Amino acid sequence: MPEDLNWAVGGEAGDGIDSTGKIFAQALSRAGRHVFTSKDFASRIRGGYTAYKIRTSVDELNSVVDRLDILVALTQRTIDENLDELHEDSVVIYDGERSWDAEVPDEQIDLDVPLKSLAEDAGGAIMQNVVALGAACEVAGFPIEHLDSALEKRFGDKGQKLVDNNQEAARKGRDYVQENYDHDFGYSLDTTDNDYVLLNGDEAIGMGALVGGCRFYAGYPITPATNVMEYLTGRIDNYGGTVVQAEDELSAINMALGAARAGARSMTATSGPGIDLMTETFGLIATSETPIVIADVMRSGPSTGMPTKQEQGDLNMTLYGGHGEIPRFVLAPTTIAECFHKTIEAFNLAEKYQTPVYLVSDLAMAVTEQTFSPEEFDMDEVEIDRGKVVDEDSIDQYLDEQGRFQPHYDAADGVSPRAFPGTEQGAHMTTGLEHDELGRRTEDTDERVQQVDKRNRKVETAQNEEDWSPREFGDEDAENLVLTWGSNEGAIREAMQDLDVDVRLISVPYMFPRPDLTEAVEAAEKTVVVECNATGQFADVVERDTLTRVERINKYNGVRFNADELAERITETFAAESEAKA
Amino acid sequence: MSSQAHFTDFKSDKQPTWCPGCGDFGTMNGMMKALANTGNTPDDTFICAGIGCSGKIGTYMHSYALHGVHGRALPVGTGVKLANPDLEVMVAGGDGDGYSIGAGHFIHAVRRNVDMTYVVMDNRIYGLTKGQFSPTSREEFETSTSPEGTKQSPVHPLALAMAAGGSFIAQSFSSDAMRHTEIIEQAIEHDGFSLVNTYSPCVTFNDVDTYDFFRDSLVDLDEEDHDPTDYDQARQKIMDFDNIYQGVLYQDDDSVGYEKRLGIEEPMNEIPEGAPEGAMDLVREFY
Repeated sequence: MPEDLNWAVGGEAGDGIDSTGKIFAQALSRAGRHVFTSKDFASRIRGGYTAYKIRTSVDELNSVVDRLDILVALTQRTIDENLDELHEDSVVIYDGERSWDAEVPDEQIDLDVPLKSLAEDAGGAIMQNVVALGAACEVAGFPIEHLDSALEKRFGDKGQKLVDNNQEAARKGRDYVQENYDHDFGYSLDTTDNDYVLLNGDEAIGMGALVGGCRFYAGYPITPATNVMEYLTGRIDNYGGTVVQAEDELSAINMALGAARAGARSMTATSGPGIDLMTETFGLIATSETPIVIADVMRSGPSTGMPTKQEQGDLNMTLYGGHGEIPRFVLAPTTIAECFHKTIEAFNLAEKYQTPVYLVSDLAMAVTEQTFSPEEFDMDEVEIDRGKVVDEDSIDQYLDEQGRFQPHYDAADGVSPRAFPGTEQGAHMTTGLEHDELGRRTEDTDERVQQVDKRNRKVETAQNEEDWSPREFGDEDAENLVLTWGSNEGAIREAMQDLDVDVRLISVPYMFPRPDLTEAVEAAEKTVVVECNATGQFADVVERDTLTRVERINKYNGVRFNADELAERITETFAAESEAKA
Repeated sequence: MSSQAHFTDFKSDKQPTWCPGCGDFGTMNGMMKALANTGNTPDDTFICAGIGCSGKIGTYMHSYALHGVHGRALPVGTGVKLANPDLEVMVAGGDGDGYSIGAGHFIHAVRRNVDMTYVVMDNRIYGLTKGQFSPTSREEFETSTSPEGTKQSPVHPLALAMAAGGSFIAQSFSSDAMRHTEIIEQAIEHDGFSLVNTYSPCVTFNDVDTYDFFRDSLVDLDEEDHDPTDYDQARQKIMDFDNIYQGVLYQDDDSVGYEKRLGIEEPMNEIPEGAPEGAMDLVREFY
């Protein structure tokens, strides 16, 4: 038996698939097992196929694989959609009493459990999914007490009766399998004493924002970024902040701009189409030198594309979007835990350099729940740097000879002081028009050059003062180099365990400014860039930076990379080179 | 800054580039006087504006100010006020900025009811782009882009505000300095979103909606025995498109600003130097 177990529940949207999956994931996490989930969903509220998949192991997990060991199928389509991933020992749990005639292929183990009737016996048909979870516990050799604990967490607020009923429903499922199937399924899920936390990328961004001092969030609902807003709503108030659901993305980013000018750490999160709408104001933010964090949780584009599917297609837009030339920072977390850390870093960079910061995440991270040790979120390490803020006492040095505050003072490092409104003698204006040091419109050629240079100089300062190092894995001296960005890191790391060749992996979380990869690319025999888009946007950037051609592994069918396929494609890429040489 | 400001404290040393005779001079003077008369200072005032002749106002006044993109000044003002409720927030715009490109934001700002004052310098024309019709232009108005009239009904800003649930709806005329200032003072003192549609004639491109036209047609509500707190009376006046009124048409005395309803009490500009106390509780939620 493999060391990891792959489990899924699937049915129609509206069947409670998501909460069923989440409960089981929590049960596993509370039992000290690692969990890595993925979701298959469509852009509709009811009906259509949807699934929640869990991979679990005692060891750390960073990817999905092409294998399903236990499948809870609430519809025939769930079985059909997952045929490729089922193997001869796979167990399919379904309800034969339901109106559909389940067709489970012969080679799989077919487990007919009257989910609905058993749920009714326990107090209500609505608990049929929990009956299935109880049955799954028996098949997986997983102590049902951990499921009890997850049910307690889920329903505790709604009363003990509901908890009891659900726990009873789970037992009915377990007992039914025990009594009716005399079969050793061969699984025995080990548990540990570890207490992991289970969260997804959007939640990690929201948590990073709160911890990083964000006090104002304005956004407009859009898949897959909405969860950031939902996380902050209700929680941010405890810190004296607020969330505004704006009328559209144009409004959201302008509200964030106003709040930032008023002195609040301020952010918005959206996905590609929302970034399109925000781009006009993005230029104003940069020109007015306002610190704002804009999270782009990418999905398949262009246009409305495939809203519920994975893609990393917005890199060019975040790097180059907007008319004119706009200094900016672009950060791309490479893991869910990094979504937390990079959000805090994004706020510090935004305020230190008074520049908009794009935080680029993607659907694969946004909806994936993963276990971490709580220590991954070390609060003692969090440092807040608000940059150059003047008060009544320090403002004098930034007043001109007529006593006027200069918000766009031509500082040597490109960073002028900020005066929050309410600061005496600090009254000033700013504008998207080219302006002088006072913030007033100018068309003077020298002043234009001065301000453009000043804004660009902030990037140079940041390049020298901040650490833009990439993350490194594998053999540093290997002749095969894999480069990637965003959410692919985990799958590549896992794929590397199955490769016949030695590989050096550099995973880049800083898209701009970014580390100089020239030395690494030149030292390698061959370089391949892995990314979820069709044209290789990061590969283009690497080629331009290093003046060297690179190979590309791209995926753009809407599904994230998994470890199995990457092992194959990376091996093929480097083998092709050897053949060509031979 | 002393606690008592004079209206000239709100004036910058930049000379306006508005055309001589432009209604915007009077509109701005009234805004400055009203701010001073209501006890505000440049250091606790924030002015937001969009694009167009009206958008230049932040340059000619002295306070904290942002001159933003076209049509989006209201969301900026919303963000400023929510992040620091101690500030006096005033938003200025033109009829194009507010009722055309920014019309969506206008409706939502009205219903959201953040405590700020929105002064729309309504000249019924696009001035800075040299004379095209605007959303408040009359249907028969001939311009470079409407040689045979606009063939569209004009927007009725006050009716739009009332339909969106406005809590303070007023109209003024920039050359009636006393009344204009008085109306803006009332708008500043209102708790909630205040709309002041100010007729601010364009002497260069609009030869129909002139000073004389407004002087002859304006009916002052002070002479009409109008009770702005009477919703039905207000609705009748606002929906009376045959007359142009000056004064406060509607005011909801019970209005409470959105920021108060959200429970925002302090400016959001102070944050801890590290993670907030008890931050690990945020992590523990995910056990």
